[in-house]
Amino acid sequence: MSEAATAKKIEDIGLDQGAAKLTPERIESTIMRVINLENSARLKAYVNTCVHCALCSDACHYFLSRDRDPKYAPVGKIKQTLWEMLNKKGRVSQDFLVRAATIAYTECNLCRRCVHYCPFGIDTAYLITIVRRICHLLGVTPQYIQDTSHSHSATMNQMWVKDDEWTDSLMWQEDEARDEIPNLRIPLEKEGSDIMYSVIGPEPKFRTQLIYQAAVIFNECGADWTMPATPGWDNSDMSMFSGDFEMMGRLKKSHYETARRLRVKKVVMGECGHAYRSVYDTGNRWLGWKDMPIPVIHAIQYFWELLKAKRIRVASQIKELVTFHDPCNTVRGMGLHEMGREVTKAFCPNYVEMHPNREHNYCCAAGGGVINCGPPHKMTRVLGNRVKAEQLKATGAKIVVAPCHNCHGGLEDIIHHYKLDMKLKFLGDIIYEHMEKPNAV
Amino acid sequence: MHTIYNLVTGPLVWVSFIIFFGGLVGKFVYLTNLAKNKDPFVFNYLSLKHALRSIFIWFVPFATMNMRNNPVMTVVTFAFHICLILVPIFALAHVIMWEEAWGISWWTLPETLAIIMSFVVVGGIVFFAIRRIVLPEVKYVTRPQDFAILALVAMPYLTGILAYYQIFDYQTMIILHILAGEAMLIAIPFTWLSHLLLYPMVRGYVGSEFGAVRHVKDW
Repeated sequence: MSEAATAKKIEDIGLDQGAAKLTPERIESTIMRVINLENSARLKAYVNTCVHCALCSDACHYFLSRDRDPKYAPVGKIKQTLWEMLNKKGRVSQDFLVRAATIAYTECNLCRRCVHYCPFGIDTAYLITIVRRICHLLGVTPQYIQDTSHSHSATMNQMWVKDDEWTDSLMWQEDEARDEIPNLRIPLEKEGSDIMYSVIGPEPKFRTQLIYQAAVIFNECGADWTMPATPGWDNSDMSMFSGDFEMMGRLKKSHYETARRLRVKKVVMGECGHAYRSVYDTGNRWLGWKDMPIPVIHAIQYFWELLKAKRIRVASQIKELVTFHDPCNTVRGMGLHEMGREVTKAFCPNYVEMHPNREHNYCCAAGGGVINCGPPHKMTRVLGNRVKAEQLKATGAKIVVAPCHNCHGGLEDIIHHYKLDMKLKFLGDIIYEHMEKPNAV
Repeated sequence: MHTIYNLVTGPLVWVSFIIFFGGLVGKFVYLTNLAKNKDPFVFNYLSLKHALRSIFIWFVPFATMNMRNNPVMTVVTFAFHICLILVPIFALAHVIMWEEAWGISWWTLPETLAIIMSFVVVGGIVFFAIRRIVLPEVKYVTRPQDFAILALVAMPYLTGILAYYQIFDYQTMIILHILAGEAMLIAIPFTWLSHLLLYPMVRGYVGSEFGAVRHVKDW
């Protein structure tokens, strides 16, 4: 029996105590409200169309990593959650809800790989999102992601970063960078700039060097850019994943409005996948925008444009064997796979693909808010992604480039657990290190 | 016997066709209206080009990754569906009945071919049923009614074969054959057999979302 097969029920105070407070009436009325009022046409069409063929199974990294346990197949997860709620017309138990929430929040990354495998194109991620929405409204959410969502609502950023800490972090990074590039500035609140650069909460909190690196890239390619000094700087959105769509709407509104206030032409965002999903796919729709109300460009695309325009020039190249991990939200989300590769290959001539790749790539198992469910659920995703470790190992690469924060979190844990001899890099890492820096001393 | 025959080839045909077409049209109108009221963005994102592209690609054998990963399933599924649809429309005996009733006629399948194709349909059903029993991930999500639906689909073809070879009483078999066909038609709008209608709807929408919004293939 593999280590994955011996998994036990995970204690999570948010799930257990949340469910304990519920009454049967509240459970039933909430479920039926979400199913009948908030969702209907797509949900009905998907449930009516599914022929229970289980052809989606092979798409899921949890299913493949858990020795093909049917409970981890996408359709198997829908059976244990939404089908049961529909069949029982919302009359489900508290224990059922804890299990359903565990599945929806920690055993599905909403990566949409199974949409590519379903002959009908049933969007299982959408169905799991409905389960999450129900759990959110019932107050049955994993404690850690709920805390993150609380942070969003209290501070408009993901990591409880206070307003002065934010600007302080930027000025600190500016200070640091001026040792290397004396003319470098991190322009704050510069109205009318071409670009507003937005990042996710964890960047000022514990990956501050990424802001340094981005500032160097902007400076050295002569970009007209700025960062906001007010809330609205954080483009991340864990509320989207916890099922708190009202908060998701507030967050996106604040992000877009900050860009509008600064009268920038576009927003360039750091290397984050889920934040991108929330600006082009979910948050904009909640606010009634068909598309993004202001162009938001993912760093992959921005770097690619700079490279094509020769505003980034390659000074040196990495000799080690490098592979590229496609984040779900930039690939199945926005088709940026070729751009990501072109940028990587410009700096890494010794390049190898992992298989499957591009829009068929395996998820990192951290996305969709799963890593944000915190330490109690860490092994669920690590053991649930053995296939990713095998996929990485088979490349023989020493460096894996992953242009997404959550992917870094997930891959780091996998690399560590499965003892892979690999280093993880952002595109920004390799560009910063290997580009021409004309202003550097 | 004649009375029963007249009943199943007369009023019951009408009933089954009205329920079949009415059910599908009703379902289409119901879901479209529901989408207009509850998921109006579905229509904003619909892109004819990408919807048709997705529907077309998934009609081509081995065009998608999952079809290539499951070659046996792909061959069986395509053969099954092609035969399932063509046999009832182009079987000689069926066309003759249309001609007698309405005076309209069209191309027909050679009888031997029609029988072979019926065997393909029944064989396909057997394959699907075994798959539901043998593969744990399929077994896990299979309910008793899934087998009932498979049986319902197999019956018209099985009885057609038995009638053709005149195994058992021919007249009884023909009546059973017609009844089974009518039962299948009636069941289509009310079971997952309605994927006949929902396939293009769901596929078209997801094709639009992937093609026009996310700029990526959905196969």
